Amino acid sequence: MQWQILVAQLINGIALGSTYALIALGYTMVYGIIRLINFAHGDIFMLGAYFGLIAISTFKLPLVPAMLLSMLAAAVVGIVLDRVAYRPLRQSPRITVLITAIGASLLIQSLSQLIFGADFRSYPDTAIPIKIIRLGSVIITNRQIIIFGTAIVLMILLHLIVNYTKFGKAMRAVSMDKEAAQLMGINVDRIIALTFAIGSALAAAAGILVGILYNSVDPYMGTLPGLKAFVAAVLGGIGIIPGAVIGGFLMGIAENLVVAFGSSTYRDAVAFAILILILLIKPSGLLGKRVHEKV
Amino acid sequence: MDPNPLLSVSNLSVNFGGLRALSNINLTIKHGDLVGLIGPNGAGKTTFFNTLTGLCKPSTGQIMFAGFDLTNKAASYISRQGIARTFQNIRLFKSLTVLENLMVACHQNINYSFLTGVLKSKKYRLEEEAGLEEAKRILEIVGLSHHAHELSVNLPYGDQRKLEIARALVTKPKLLLLDEPAAGMNPAETQELLSLIRYLRSDLGITILLIEHDMNLVMNLCEHIFVLDYGMLIAEGTAAEIRSNEQVIQAYLGADV
Amino acid sequence: MGKRNLISVGILAGIYLIVQLLVSRGVLLAYDLQILGLVCINIMLAVSLNLINGFTGQFSIGHAGFFGIGAYASAYLTVVHDMPFLLALIIGGLFAALIGICIGLPTLRLEGDYLAIATLGFGEIIRVVILNIPAVGGARGFSGISRSTTFGTAYVFMILTVIILKNFISSKHGRACIAIREDELASETLGINTTFYKVAAFTIGAFFAGLAGGLYSHFMGYINPAANQIGFMKSIDILIMVVLGGLGSITGSIAAAIFLTLIPEFLRSLAEYRMVVYPIILILIMLFRPSGLLGGKELSWDVLSSFYRRVTGKAQKQQGVSTNGS
Repeated sequence: MQWQILVAQLINGIALGSTYALIALGYTMVYGIIRLINFAHGDIFMLGAYFGLIAISTFKLPLVPAMLLSMLAAAVVGIVLDRVAYRPLRQSPRITVLITAIGASLLIQSLSQLIFGADFRSYPDTAIPIKIIRLGSVIITNRQIIIFGTAIVLMILLHLIVNYTKFGKAMRAVSMDKEAAQLMGINVDRIIALTFAIGSALAAAAGILVGILYNSVDPYMGTLPGLKAFVAAVLGGIGIIPGAVIGGFLMGIAENLVVAFGSSTYRDAVAFAILILILLIKPSGLLGKRVHEKV
Repeated sequence: MDPNPLLSVSNLSVNFGGLRALSNINLTIKHGDLVGLIGPNGAGKTTFFNTLTGLCKPSTGQIMFAGFDLTNKAASYISRQGIARTFQNIRLFKSLTVLENLMVACHQNINYSFLTGVLKSKKYRLEEEAGLEEAKRILEIVGLSHHAHELSVNLPYGDQRKLEIARALVTKPKLLLLDEPAAGMNPAETQELLSLIRYLRSDLGITILLIEHDMNLVMNLCEHIFVLDYGMLIAEGTAAEIRSNEQVIQAYLGADV
Repeated sequence: MGKRNLISVGILAGIYLIVQLLVSRGVLLAYDLQILGLVCINIMLAVSLNLINGFTGQFSIGHAGFFGIGAYASAYLTVVHDMPFLLALIIGGLFAALIGICIGLPTLRLEGDYLAIATLGFGEIIRVVILNIPAVGGARGFSGISRSTTFGTAYVFMILTVIILKNFISSKHGRACIAIREDELASETLGINTTFYKVAAFTIGAFFAGLAGGLYSHFMGYINPAANQIGFMKSIDILIMVVLGGLGSITGSIAAAIFLTLIPEFLRSLAEYRMVVYPIILILIMLFRPSGLLGGKELSWDVLSSFYRRVTGKAQKQQGVSTNGS
């Protein structure tokens, strides 16, 4: 098999992996702070794509303002979701919240279908006009570079926020011990809302990038990437931020390598196969630590 | 009573990563003994129970019980060999009633197949009745018969502890491990507990090993006492011997400055 | 058989006769009969999932995978190998049970969220594998299946399923499962081999889901590997039925299955808004009555008769000691 195909798929994988990483970060941050798998997260990714589409097509905004606006709108959606559906259930058993999350996901999808219509829409080419760059016999498009670059910038920003700001410290405290953080005077509910906001903003950014990369937007586009990004988060170690990044890139590359080796029908199954392997071998993920139940 | 040891623990060590929870424990318990296990917090007493009952795997050593090697065996196997226990933090089946909690414990002593259970044949009815009789008998012994149909979680604290003991008794154990059975009990309840434990040993022939912090209870009840500190067995003997043991006193009060 | 059992049998037979009567009078059309058949199949699915999730406390959201295996395996046997319908049905169920063991064994070390995701993953893998088998039609689906399932067949199998599972639950084996749900560690120390029972619950649940699948593919004459037929979405539908009816309540699952299968039919005019209303209802239930319609309890003869006595003011009959309440 030609190595050019391999390299091309590797590049695709890195670009795709960037988007998975962005979505995975949202999952991992929310899980880390309230032990919830936010099933509706993939749909926030979808909403981000739509918000961006509206900003670019209807309001004719350039890419960066459109992305910022979409991220802001998605952050609001995330905060509302937490406030309405998850906050009242903080003390409830896990299965209750999980089902609520599933309900929220279905609701967002259906509402989107009603509002935006079920047809596929596409981003105008003017969003990021394609430029092709050749490095030897390898072809990269500027879109792939922009996606990778944007993702890296956002991840660096996140790293700075989590590790060097007061909010970040509060977030880490709450994820370690909610009660203790509360006793220290941290407004836990507000920190959780902030976590949802940041996670949603990142997912929205991924949504726009994917919308541009694959040039197609529909109300159900969030389900599969959402699941895959979730697997990525588990792969890296759920609740661990660098893990989500590593997991995301690994997932994107793995998926494209499977396609490169000729089996595109099994592309979606890759995520689930990885999931099963991780859960059977090391459920706490690549970067995770094992936790024992105290008797 | 059989003079041979019932429980024989040799060179038992348990490591959690870098932490040595138990180091080289050697002890024997004979049939019909009423023995206490004491030590400061964190000494490894509950870890010892967990290892005995199969909830924790030892790093080295051997556990022999009634002629069987129980080292590294599954908890359910160990239970079926005749070791039962209660927990430091009560672990009752909260949404089940008192009687239902006991009926679960009947599991290893009533026998019928899946098919029999589904078809509800005669064997099913006979076995279930036998189990129910036994459960009611145990309830009578611990004095909880009038609570039979109450939700276990609604019982007063002292009764919950009694229920946990009752549940362990239903499995017809040879050795009963009680983990802080008197914790949170008032003096009257503690007296009742004392009588119950004595009764279990003298009338039901059950060997008993208990962890306790209530020194009065331990000194009054136990004929032999083992003392753990930092995972090591630092002393064993009668109540009088332990009371005057220098090492034990230091362990509880901290080393001299 | 006791008086209560006789009455139950009478009611069940009566329902069947009434349905047949309405059909012969033209009140119930073929389409309506199909819906009733689907109700029976959904009851089987909900009750079998409840065994795993509600009674044993194992969070499984890949149940539709077993449904799909049963549907496809039995269809393959009748269509390609000309096997008699009932035999193919049973084998389909057994095959699903076998896969249940294969999935149960490795995943039972996981708990809560992790187990849920693993079952979800396995469910999807099953779907994708079926999707890639040309012999059963691939993405186009498997058609030309003889429609051997009648309403009567589905009804009888549904009754058998409920009775078998109900009896299982009230046996010592069912108690072991319930104990595992309550406190797995404590159950082990009482002599219950939790590994064995967790896998057993999975397998039994898978068997009945497989049976339901076989009944379904021979009811519709066609099955395709879409997510809302044998994939994630279908698993969620079944889970919603179980949760709505109440985890750990068989009568709750039956009620919820009936309700959730029939409601879309009555709301067909609002079809467009159904997918919005449905999740809203789900969220509201989770927020305000998470224990479900029956709150995890069973609607049993005891409950009905004590209700009757309370309403009519008759004295309480002396209750014998019952071990499981129904």
